[in-house]
Amino acid sequence: MRFGVVVFPGTWSDCDFHYVISEVMHQPVKYVWHRDRNLADLDCVILPGGFSYGDYLRAGAVAGKSPVVEALREFVAKGGYVLGSCNGFQILCEAGFLPGVLMRNECLQYRCQSSNLLVENVETPFTRGLRAGQVLTMPISHGEGKYYADAATLAELKARHGIVFRYATTDGQVVKAANPNGSVENIAGVVNETGTVLGLMPHPERAAETAMGGTDGLLLFQSLLGTLVEDGSFLKR
Amino acid sequence: MAGAEPKVTLDLARGLGLTADEYDRIIQRLSREPSYTELGLFSALWSEHCAYKHSRVFLSRLPTRAPHLLQGPGENAGAVDIGDGWAVVFKMESHNHPSFIEPFQGAATGVGGILRDIFTMGARPIAILDSLRFGDPADPKTRRLIDGVVSGISWYGNCFGCPTVGGEIAFAPEYAGNPLVNVMCVGLVRADRIFRARAEGVGNPVFYVGNKTGRDGIHGATMASATFDDEAEAKRPTVQVGDPFTEKLLLEACLEAMATGAVVGIQDMGAAGLACCTSEMPARSGTGMEIELSAVPQREVEMTPYELLLSESQERMLLVGARGRDDELRRVFAKWELDAVKIGEVTAGPDLVVRHHGDEVAHVPVDALADGPRYDKPYAPPPWLAERRAFDPLSLPAPSDYSETLVRLMASPAIASKEWAYRQYDQQVGTNTLVLPGSDAAVLRIKGTRRAIAISTDGNGRQVFLDPRRGAAMAVCEAARNVSCAGGRPLGVTDCMNFGSPERPEILWQFAEAIEGIAEACRALEVPVVGGNVSFYNETSGTAILPTPICGVVGVLEDAGRLATQWFKAAGHRIALLGPDAVSLGGSEYVWTLHQRVAGPLAPLDLETERRVQSAVRAAVGAGLVTSAHDCADGGLAVALAESCVTGVRSGAAACGCEVTVDVGRRLDEALFGEGPSRVVVSVEAARQREFDALMAESAIPWRWIGTTGGERLRVRAAETLVVDVAVDRLDHAWRSGFERHMA
Repeated sequence: MRFGVVVFPGTWSDCDFHYVISEVMHQPVKYVWHRDRNLADLDCVILPGGFSYGDYLRAGAVAGKSPVVEALREFVAKGGYVLGSCNGFQILCEAGFLPGVLMRNECLQYRCQSSNLLVENVETPFTRGLRAGQVLTMPISHGEGKYYADAATLAELKARHGIVFRYATTDGQVVKAANPNGSVENIAGVVNETGTVLGLMPHPERAAETAMGGTDGLLLFQSLLGTLVEDGSFLKR
Repeated sequence: MAGAEPKVTLDLARGLGLTADEYDRIIQRLSREPSYTELGLFSALWSEHCAYKHSRVFLSRLPTRAPHLLQGPGENAGAVDIGDGWAVVFKMESHNHPSFIEPFQGAATGVGGILRDIFTMGARPIAILDSLRFGDPADPKTRRLIDGVVSGISWYGNCFGCPTVGGEIAFAPEYAGNPLVNVMCVGLVRADRIFRARAEGVGNPVFYVGNKTGRDGIHGATMASATFDDEAEAKRPTVQVGDPFTEKLLLEACLEAMATGAVVGIQDMGAAGLACCTSEMPARSGTGMEIELSAVPQREVEMTPYELLLSESQERMLLVGARGRDDELRRVFAKWELDAVKIGEVTAGPDLVVRHHGDEVAHVPVDALADGPRYDKPYAPPPWLAERRAFDPLSLPAPSDYSETLVRLMASPAIASKEWAYRQYDQQVGTNTLVLPGSDAAVLRIKGTRRAIAISTDGNGRQVFLDPRRGAAMAVCEAARNVSCAGGRPLGVTDCMNFGSPERPEILWQFAEAIEGIAEACRALEVPVVGGNVSFYNETSGTAILPTPICGVVGVLEDAGRLATQWFKAAGHRIALLGPDAVSLGGSEYVWTLHQRVAGPLAPLDLETERRVQSAVRAAVGAGLVTSAHDCADGGLAVALAESCVTGVRSGAAACGCEVTVDVGRRLDEALFGEGPSRVVVSVEAARQREFDALMAESAIPWRWIGTTGGERLRVRAAETLVVDVAVDRLDHAWRSGFERHMA
């Protein structure tokens, strides 16, 4: 499986994703520069965390119009997988791949801390190796992670099981106290209609090794690898 | 063009912070009156901030040699070899004055400045630590300062993408009008790829790279070299405005440019901006430089030569390239959408020649600028010190309830959890942070090796106030001890010396004594000082801060898997206290919290014992014999035990009580809360007790078993009497809310 990690000016989780994919998952991976439109040789594109283009205007707004993100439309249409974490999630929302927006944290401060995620949808390529109701632990690190969508969008999202992760307590209770940013209905991650584009605020790449305090993030990559082996695209290449 | 320049007179020179003597000296060096632009150059480069006028004679006493030292003081930062071909580059700097005037931008640009110092050496910044000092957090004005400073650090460090992994925050009324913002940065570089701030090779091009120049921060260095009065806020325009996004681009562009091999030397345009770089770089190399100011990228119109040279606009570097490779350099900076403009070249020297639209506006020997005056001013101990030190803390009444006293100490803002601050900092980007904020030292792994580094900052103003020499030595020891507790072998110290006005003999005495103390400790522990920063004039309306040298220590762990954290891991482990019994309540957190006094003698410091205790702790951690190791610092043994009980919760450990016996022989408050150096609390699995006994026997240090972990209470017995008996939950709550209750 070939991964591409997109580098915008101001991206900083690029090296961390690259490290996990190559050194922990032992999969081929390369960096993709923000001006690059050629994604043809990739199975999965990662939009990592950071402050793309300084997050001027709104977080992810400028990156949402960048050449590489424009090229993602065709990539996604052809069935390619996209994982956006943190700033990557903001970009996916800004570019319209995912519904909703990410607003300033309710506490008005940046938050870097551990978070617990209740897994709601295990039918996606990124979560098929998980159990519904499983609780994953991953760090967050953001100032603008409060997911918001209007009532109609939320209803549509729920109807198609688009909510993949919600902030929860360690035993899976979805309560306000477990929500680090004030997102609507504790939403932490959502997926598109075809299930191929996942956005989440937490950082799976920071929870991929025991030395870093946990390996729950790795489960997303392992699920994805399993998907690719099964649907044959892994073997085709 | 701008209006006519002011006429150069002694009054004008004085207005720029120069003395009459210094003005005469300039005339002597030039054999003529300086032009207005030249006067500006001298005023900035001869400021205390840039020239270390009052401190240089003392700084030469610091030990700066070691076999593993790759770069000592005098460059943008110091560097030590950590093995396997890697080096760490590190330095601490103050941004006190700007942070008081404008907390958010002052602190943010403090982070920006030290980051650039690290990456100009070719190193990628991997860790930031902040040492902050404020007045009473219950005061709304102080709260505003804390909030501004912490948000500024958070904003800049997070956006740039370097984790903030540690530091400390302490409080004393003396900092209310003059808070301290000291930022340390650590970077990683291949040991043979370190870059230096040199202008070598006559004819080599000089490039201006990074942000455009505006009128911000003009005379920032001069502002930082004066005391404050009630008008401090009128100086806000001298504070620079940061842009962490541009800094991130500058980092990537500089490292990429360095990798091409076309970079000869590079220096950050920090204090005194272009003036500083264009004189210091050639001065280090025995060359000269010619520059044309009209080529400097500008974001404001009609800037004068004076303004262009002295602007402290952020995120800029001066780069000397290899001749004939201009295009390679330009390509890299263009990729990162940054300016890279040739503004001049290296000459045979000895002068800096500055032109503006072809007209010569300054022509000065670089040595004259870089070699500021050095003063050897009189100093003497303050007359009130002997009395303060002679105070006997045991003349104060002993508390009636030791459990309540412990709870109160855990809730003191200085001891309480600083999670309110560090949860606003990205602590993990780079995925190297093995030990997050909240233990004695931060630990970061070095990818591609088995190694890790441990980092800690320390400095106790009260102790230095009462005994500058011993107090400063204790600061080095404590930072090194913290690193040793994590399992790291200390390799180098960076010091940030925060003091009042050196023109007052008692302040200069504090400084001179503190330098001696640091030198003694560094020699004993065999760690060199790799660089640092002196910040004088930390006073407002005549009140000086507590003399506060902050020491940052970096150490190496050969095996990242063999590290220790400060909290108890499970019930049934044996607890040992390593180190001497000697403690004192003089200058302690206990006497401050209960009696609001800073008085009394400090505990003795025996540097040989200190060295052996640290070495024993490292050996025990390295052998995997201890399950926790924690330095006894503020609040003494009782607080150290309580911290070991509660601080692991955030890292997923359960809170864990303990039962301990203390020796009687001294008054109980002193035994429990007295502070002294060279003391460490460790816990050991019962099955490994005998191995530990054997190792300690070899180490020849005083130590003893004092108790066992477990239960839901912290209990201390003295001569069979239960003297402390408190629920760990209560301690946890007090510790968690002690600082945050002021900020929420």
